[in-house]
This record gives sequence, C-alpha cells and structure tokens, in this order.
Amino acid sequence: MIENASTPLLDVQGVTLQYKTRDHLITATYRVNFQVHKSDRFVLLGASGCGKSTLLKAVGGYIAPTEGEISLKGVPVKGPGPDRMMVFQEFDQLLPWKTVKQNVMFALESSGKLTGRAAEDKAVQYIEKVNLANFADNYPHTLSGGMKQRVAIARGMAMEPDILLMDEPFAALDALTRRKMQDELLDLWDETKFTVLFVTHSIEEAIKIGNQILLLTPHPGQVRAEMASVPRDRLQTDEARELESRIHNMLFAPENIDEVSHA
Amino acid sequence: MLNAVMQKNAPAPAETPVRNKEVIHEIVSASQFGVVQKKLSPWETVYQISAVRKAAILIVLAVIWEVYARSVNNALMFPTFSSTMQAFAHGILSGSLLVKAWTSIQVLLTGYVAGIAIAGVFTVIAINSRIGTDLLETLTAMFNPLPSIAILPMAMIWFGLGTQSLVFVLIHSVLWAVALNTHTGFTSVSNTLRMVGRNYGLGGFRYVGKILIPAAFPSILIGLKVGWAFAWRTLIAAELIFGVSSGQGGLGWFIYENKNLMDIPNVFAGLFSVIFIGLIVENLIFRTIETRTLRKWGMLN
Repeated sequence: MIENASTPLLDVQGVTLQYKTRDHLITATYRVNFQVHKSDRFVLLGASGCGKSTLLKAVGGYIAPTEGEISLKGVPVKGPGPDRMMVFQEFDQLLPWKTVKQNVMFALESSGKLTGRAAEDKAVQYIEKVNLANFADNYPHTLSGGMKQRVAIARGMAMEPDILLMDEPFAALDALTRRKMQDELLDLWDETKFTVLFVTHSIEEAIKIGNQILLLTPHPGQVRAEMASVPRDRLQTDEARELESRIHNMLFAPENIDEVSHA
Repeated sequence: MLNAVMQKNAPAPAETPVRNKEVIHEIVSASQFGVVQKKLSPWETVYQISAVRKAAILIVLAVIWEVYARSVNNALMFPTFSSTMQAFAHGILSGSLLVKAWTSIQVLLTGYVAGIAIAGVFTVIAINSRIGTDLLETLTAMFNPLPSIAILPMAMIWFGLGTQSLVFVLIHSVLWAVALNTHTGFTSVSNTLRMVGRNYGLGGFRYVGKILIPAAFPSILIGLKVGWAFAWRTLIAAELIFGVSSGQGGLGWFIYENKNLMDIPNVFAGLFSVIFIGLIVENLIFRTIETRTLRKWGMLN
C-alpha cells in the first residue's frame, strides 16, 4: 500500500516522551520509530497506558519529545498548527457557541486558510460529505455523539491538513454507531485519499481502518511490531482473523498481561 | 425461583433453555396508537411560562402585604400596599423618584463598569503567570469577605463626600466577585477545547477572546450577576449613610429623607423602587443575555 516509499510525510525518529505528574516523572514512550507516507491510514494500536495518545499529542505539537525528533515533510514539529488537525475522542471538542457550519468555518478562518464566502463554501462542502447538510445551522448540543464526531471529522478534513490526527475518535460511541462511522471514514478516504494517523485500543478497529499498524507495548510505550493490515475486501476472511489473533498474542504476551486493562 | 427448579431436578446439569429459533414481529404503524403527540391544555400551556408563574407569586405577596398592613392599621409602622403604590405612582409622575433612581443608576454603572474592567486586568495577569494567579487568589481571599460599607468611612476621608468615594466602594464590591468567577471560569475550560484552539494556531488575545471567554461564559455571567447585586446593595447602603453631602442624593437618600419626614409610604416607595429595578435587571437584562447565549448554546439547562 505504500505509495511513495522514498520520502515519508511524517517521520518519527527515536522519540522518547516524558511528562510530570504531581510527584512522578513518567516515561510515556521510549525511542519510538515510525514513518507515515502520503495517503497512509496509519494506526497506533495498544492497550491503555502504552503512550499512544501521548505520542499522537507529540505529533500534534502539544508535547515536546525529550529525545528524538518528529518531522513533517522534513520540517521538525515545533508546536500545534493547522497542518496537523486533531480529532479528539471527547464530544466537547466542538465550540458550543457556534453552529455546525460556524464551527467548521471558524477553523478555516482563524487559521487564516480561507475567509468569508470561500470559507463558507468549503465548510458546506465538507459538511455535505459527512451527511450533515440538514444540521448545518444546529448547535452542537442538539446533535448525537456520532453526529458531533462527524462534525469534528468534517472540520479536520475541511482544513485539508497534511495529516489528520485521530485520537480514538469512535471510542465513546455505541457499538452500532462506531461501526457505521468506521465505514463512513473509509468511504471518505476513498474519495479524498487523505493521510491519517489513527489511535485505537481495538484490534478489530485497527485492522479495519488501517493499512499499516504499529503495535505498542505499555509502560513505557515501545514499538512491538509494525505490520501491514489485511486489504479491505478480505476483512471477513480467515486472513483477517489470523492477523487479529496474532496481534492479540503479541499484545497479551504473559510478560505484560497485568498491565492491560482491556476496554 | 430458578434455584428452586434447580434443586428439584438436583442431579441434572443446568442447561441453556431451548427457545424458538427466530421470531420476527410486524411493527405497528404509529398512526394506530392513541397518543403520539398531543397539545397541552390551555392551563398547562400558561403554567409552562415562567413569567406567568412569577407574576402569580408577586400578586400573592402583594395581597398578603395588603391584608397584613390593614390588620396592623398603622401607616407609620407599616403602610398598606395600595398606599405604597400611590406614593410610588406619585413619585414617578412628579419625576422626583425617577430623578433619584437615575442618579443612583449613573453612579452604579460607573462603579460597575470600572470594577469589571479592573477585574479583567487582574484575570488576564492571573491566567498568564503563576504569580499572577497567586496574587489574585490572595487579594480575593483578603478583600472579598470585607463588606464594602466597612471601607466607606476611609473612602470618605480619602476621596471626600462625593461621587468618587461611592464609585470607590462600588468598585470594591464588584471587583472581587467578578474576578474570582472569571478566573474560576477560565481555569475550568476543558483541556480539549484549549487544544482545539491552539490547533487552529490561535494565541494571545485572539485565543482569550475567541476560545477562553466564550467557553468560560457561564462563570463570567454568574460573576456579573453577583457583582451587580453587591453593587446595588452597597450603593443604597452608602447613600443612606451619606445623605445630604452630595447635594442630589439617589434612592438611598430618598429613603433616608422621607424617614426623617415620617413619610413612611414614600420610604416604602423608595424601597419598592430598589426591588423593582433589581427585578427588572435580573429578569429582563440578565435573563435575555442568558437565553441568547448559554441556553442557545446548551451550556445551561
């Protein structure tokens, strides 16, 4: 699936991340390497506490690595910016004082990407893509959880960032909605071939969403394996089931079984 | 019950009960139910309007007042509702009450706006540095419990017997409540929203103005309401002490003056004006702001 193997879009080299709590210095990840290429659907997979969300936030520019380097298109990441749009797990990521359309437009306008009429057209275009045209003038509190996540995805995609960073965007949804959202995300990818870095703790979701999967083990997060996923037309086959159990065995190996809280 | 069954067939192992393989039901069309949606009766509709409920409460209170005052039957101790209303109407029509109220409101607004502005400065310092936060927290802890009226004697010495000292105590009464609530609001803005704002590349004043202030607006509005109530009380109390000095007194002075003249219905009319203005500000101004912002945005139930 790698389309442009020579120059990675996102290059994560030997990244160690640490953060301080009230009385501890915690190492979240230890010397993690991976490369994301254009149009990859790259998944970071691991149990809770493996530092995958911290890693994503570091790519987002919210946390500076203590060791190693993160670079996007060859330029080191220095801070948050609209070239790396985040989609969070929490439903409160939409600004409650703006309508759906205003939320998408505000991202475009405050980042200086587009203004006025052009911003509105772009916003409407992406709101239609996520099938929310009828709700464009609604305030977020009138939407269901799944709809809110769709708005967040529309907002991220409308910015046309170099890479979309998704932090367990479907984890807070019910199982039926989650499955639908996964299908919709893949449909959107078929349309625009955006690049996405996707964090999840669900093996099934990783295989379904990703074309490339990075397995992380917890405390601190280290790369256990990197593997290609199963092509989408073979998701229901034995091949997929075999991959799932292989990943399962790698993550739930006896030495870290007590670290895992499976959700 | 399950236990009983299991004990009866003691040696037999528990088995999964056998069911029909699959049953598919027809869905009944909604038009066949009795009630899907039904209009409320007129009484229920009217009862839903909070203004109507509150008006009813006010009417009941007025009636109780009238009945009690008539039973006391002493206009110097407790004038009736109707005589108070007469005095009030007379005050309004002759313009004296309106002038007094306007004098009070002018001073009040000056102090209120100045207090909010200073609170804004303190809050900006507080969100930008840890020492600023400590400063605001310490000052608030010290001065918030201190009644404004307690510093009025000093204010009179410092600023003289005029509008200046009134504005000074008003600022004191507004500042801490507003600063405390605004700061609390800023610190409780969710981390996700903060990250969203920074993701757009917002920083400095644009970040504060476009993300923090709207996100903290529920707390800010509470601060503004509390500040308003404190300011209003402080002003009336200060005017009662002040009286003659500033030449043209406000509502507090009106009350004081009429007490000295033993014109008790007018005293009550003055008190009634204070209450009346308070009710209007709360139910018209603040309620409208709330409906147009917090309720519309779903930040308040």
